[in-house]
Amino acid sequence: MALRDRPLSPHLQVYRPQLTSVLSIFHRLTGVFLTTGAAMLCCWLLTAAAGPEYYAWSQWFLTSWLGYALLAAWSYCLFYHLCNGIRHLFWDVGIGFSLRATYASGVLMVLASFGLMGLSWGLGLYFYFTG
Amino acid sequence: MSIQTPLARVRHLGSAKEGVEHWWWQRLTAILLVPLSLWFVASIWWLVVGGATYEAFQDWLSGPVAAILMLIFVGALFYHLKLGLQTVIEDYVHKKAVKWTFMIMINLGCIIGAVAALYSTVAVAFGS
Repeated sequence: MALRDRPLSPHLQVYRPQLTSVLSIFHRLTGVFLTTGAAMLCCWLLTAAAGPEYYAWSQWFLTSWLGYALLAAWSYCLFYHLCNGIRHLFWDVGIGFSLRATYASGVLMVLASFGLMGLSWGLGLYFYFTG
Repeated sequence: MSIQTPLARVRHLGSAKEGVEHWWWQRLTAILLVPLSLWFVASIWWLVVGGATYEAFQDWLSGPVAAILMLIFVGALFYHLKLGLQTVIEDYVHKKAVKWTFMIMINLGCIIGAVAALYSTVAVAFGS
């Protein structure tokens, strides 16, 4: 079948975003972005297996300003994807499909992801100053 | 030309009963990753942000709990990653050549990444 450039639905140029669609798009974006985190996990473990002098490279990179920025981005994206993933698991067993429940769980999910971010960076700061 | 009805054809041939495999494994790995990723983040904060020495790191990953959890985490992570990225490509990329290039890259990349991470974990755990 010949592919022609037909207009896409939803028509993005005239589409008014809602909480539900925005959260859904960010679920995908965070998932794709976390791929780079998985690549870093590989590098971290590979350098660890190669020995202390290589492990020091990973340690140096991850504790540079770029490393900390990436750790902040990866951790928040992970918490977001995790919280929205739990929301998806509830939908999978048939819970929370009404419009009201969908919006409520959306707001709850965003708050939960901020909560996890706060907790985890509290823990991170604790290790930073005591470790 | 076959005289079978479409329903009969679906029942006895084709991919019947395996259609939900992708969906099912995405959920199973998701359930595993909920506790494991929280454990992983806490571990990274302790090791990397806390600036643990290589010896401390090796001690940690040599213990059975951390080694086993790390192996399961890496396996579930890369499988979940492969299924997720594949879904994104299937949804948005429709040009055959581009689509299959991405598919091959995702599948091979995830296999290579998973093997590298699994091997490294075992190598550290057994103190190479």
